[in-house]
Amino acid sequence: MKRVFLGAVAAMALAIPATAQPTGDLGLIVERASGSLLVVDQSDRAKIGRITGLGDLSHASLVYSPDERFAYVFGRDGGLTKVDILEQSIVNRVMQAGNSIGGAISDDGRFVAVSNYEPGGVRIFDAETLEMVLDIPTQSKTIGLVDIPGTKFVFSLWDAGETWIVDLSAETAEITKIEGMGTNPYDALVTGDGRTYITGLFGDDHLTALDLWQETPEPMPILPGYAEGREGLPVYKMPHLEGWALAGSEFVLPAVGQHEVLWVDARDLTETGRTQTHGQPVFAMARPDGRHVWVNFAHPLNDTIQVIDTVTKQVIHEFKPGPGVLHMEFTPRGREVWLSVRDAGKVMIYDTQTFEKLREIDAESPSGIFFTARAHRTGL
Amino acid sequence: MNKIVLYLALSSAAIAGDTVPVDGPALARLVQQDCGSCHGLTLKGGLGPDIRPEALAHYEPETLASVILDGIPGTAMPPWRPLLTQAEVEWMVDYLLSGGLE
Repeated sequence: MKRVFLGAVAAMALAIPATAQPTGDLGLIVERASGSLLVVDQSDRAKIGRITGLGDLSHASLVYSPDERFAYVFGRDGGLTKVDILEQSIVNRVMQAGNSIGGAISDDGRFVAVSNYEPGGVRIFDAETLEMVLDIPTQSKTIGLVDIPGTKFVFSLWDAGETWIVDLSAETAEITKIEGMGTNPYDALVTGDGRTYITGLFGDDHLTALDLWQETPEPMPILPGYAEGREGLPVYKMPHLEGWALAGSEFVLPAVGQHEVLWVDARDLTETGRTQTHGQPVFAMARPDGRHVWVNFAHPLNDTIQVIDTVTKQVIHEFKPGPGVLHMEFTPRGREVWLSVRDAGKVMIYDTQTFEKLREIDAESPSGIFFTARAHRTGL
Repeated sequence: MNKIVLYLALSSAAIAGDTVPVDGPALARLVQQDCGSCHGLTLKGGLGPDIRPEALAHYEPETLASVILDGIPGTAMPPWRPLLTQAEVEWMVDYLLSGGLE
């Protein structure tokens, strides 16, 4: 979007309906301490506004409506907030639980699901009104909530080691429970086709995958004993698994308690390699084309980024953007990457080909960065 | 941050005969940001339990210090001994028990 155009919109805000403004290259950045969101323009590498009043946004995430106009923001304090990116305002806000961890939107855009720690379970809301349509208590903290095709959600139970699939396609919701996923699943991802769901386990020395195309998905341990015989290193921040894990024909996954990322063949789920890293990986995110993987790290090594070449599995670039690199978001086709550098109070934008820094944007304790293109991706 | 609490906490460290300087603001930040990544930015709990003063009141400070230093094996609570000194952990225990974050 061009700035001249933006200026024109501002000047003629009363005359032109806000919907005339495209949102395809916009995004939101969570300012975790101040409970606000920065509205950003990816093409201009600029912030264009701020939405305030969203409560405790530590560990907040968000998803977009199919038209990329609205975002649903999941706050740690249990707040579910619907914001309008064009109007840069809050449309609706409900306190739906005491302590929540993330959410997802159904493939048809009708339902928003929220994963809660307290009370443990998942609650599903009408995306239009934010009225609760289904409460799924689990007696367990829930994690790894994702959407899959067919108006379904999938999530896992930290305490019980189960994965549940909720089907909302019919009048009455149907829930399938899969036991034996492993001890303390801490996060999960689903592939962009909605077929493979992978949970990371804190309490077991492997990960577990499900083939969701099977009539009755069976837990499949992957990377069994990957840390066997090695001392578990302290984990000062749990890694995240996300739908960015597919790099070429392999998944790249953060190890837990080992300073390495693990490579797994995406078809047969066997190990294809390991890459030693600078510290405990938090995000291992494949650039959208899959050619490189960008990795950030847990405290106290969270000032560093490593870039790994997918073909050679070697670290090809390492740099220190600043203290507290919490999150990364690639532009949809991967040319640039935005990094949240919390303790520097900056979002930094890099060229992913040359690794040159292109721009810094001031932000208050920035964490998650979310571009609207996520609206069209399953499982993000 | 509550300055009186900070002052008291620093004094108690001094009384304990600790000569290693403790960087209170840095530790307070660590409590909020890094303890907060599991226990929540407001410490009311997340993947890890609530660690606000009411939740911790019935523990001995020594117990809390040993949990921070050595973690709880078999759980997600890691040992902080590789990163923090005894004096720093004692400061943190005082800080947590007195609700320094509030």
